[in-house]
Amino acid sequence: MTAATEHGELFAALSDPTRRQVLDLLAARGEGSASALAAAMPVSRPAVVKHLTVLDRAGLVESRRSGREVLYSVRPEPLESAARWMAALAADWDRRLAALKRLAETP
Amino acid sequence: MDSIEREVVIDAPVDRVWELVTEAEHLGRWFGDAGAEVDLRPGGAMELRWTEHGASRGRVEAVERPRLFAFRWAPFNDPGGPDPAEGNSTRVEFTLIEQGEGTRLRVVESGFESLATSDDQRRKNLDGNTEGWQVELGELQDYATRVTA
Repeated sequence: MTAATEHGELFAALSDPTRRQVLDLLAARGEGSASALAAAMPVSRPAVVKHLTVLDRAGLVESRRSGREVLYSVRPEPLESAARWMAALAADWDRRLAALKRLAETP
Repeated sequence: MDSIEREVVIDAPVDRVWELVTEAEHLGRWFGDAGAEVDLRPGGAMELRWTEHGASRGRVEAVERPRLFAFRWAPFNDPGGPDPAEGNSTRVEFTLIEQGEGTRLRVVESGFESLATSDDQRRKNLDGNTEGWQVELGELQDYATRVTA
C-alpha cells in the first residue's frame, strides 16, 4: 500500500482549494515567499505558511533560502507520479470491464 | 479529491449484468482471477482473490438490485488486515442503467485522498477546509500538466 499511502497524502493536500491556489500561484511565478503569496491571496501569512507546510510534507513544494526569505517552488514529480498511478488504476478498470463485457455477452 | 470513473456498454440485459457484478462465482473470474466470496447485503463481507497478488478484503456498502452495488476495498491488503472502512480503503460503486436491449455499466472508484498515512495526518491536511475536491482522473492529469508546465 505504499503507493496508495503516498498518493493519499498528496490527494489530501490537494483537497483544499486554498492550497491549490498556492500551487497555482507558485507555478505561475516560478518561485515565491509566504509573504508574497499572502499578498496575492485573501489569507494571512501564517495561514499561507501552514498550507506550505502541508504541501511540503506531501512533497508538492520545495524551498530554498534567499537572504532573509524562504522561496518556495512547485515540485512536479509527485503530481506526475500520482497522475500516472491513477491512469494505471483506470487501465485496470478498463481491463476488468472488458472481461466482464466478454462474459456477459457470451451466450 | 479524485475519483476514477469508467463506463462500458454491454450487450446483455440489466439482470444478467447484475448477476455478473454481484455474484461471487462471476466476480472471481472477471474481477479477481482465483475466486471470490460475497455476502450480498450492506455490511456483508467480501473477499476477492488473485493468483499472483493474493487476496483483498471488501465490505459491501449498498445493494439496490438491479441498479446499484457499492463496496469498499483495500487492494491487496493482507486478508487478515483491518476491516475496510473509510480511511483505509476506496469505495467502488457500480451503476447499471438500461439502454435499449443492453446495459450501460458505470464504475466509480473514489476516496483516494483518505488513504493518507494516519488519521492525525489526514486531519492536519484537511483542517481549515473539509470540503473534498472531487476531481476525476482527467482533471488530475490536466492539473498536473498545468502546474508543471
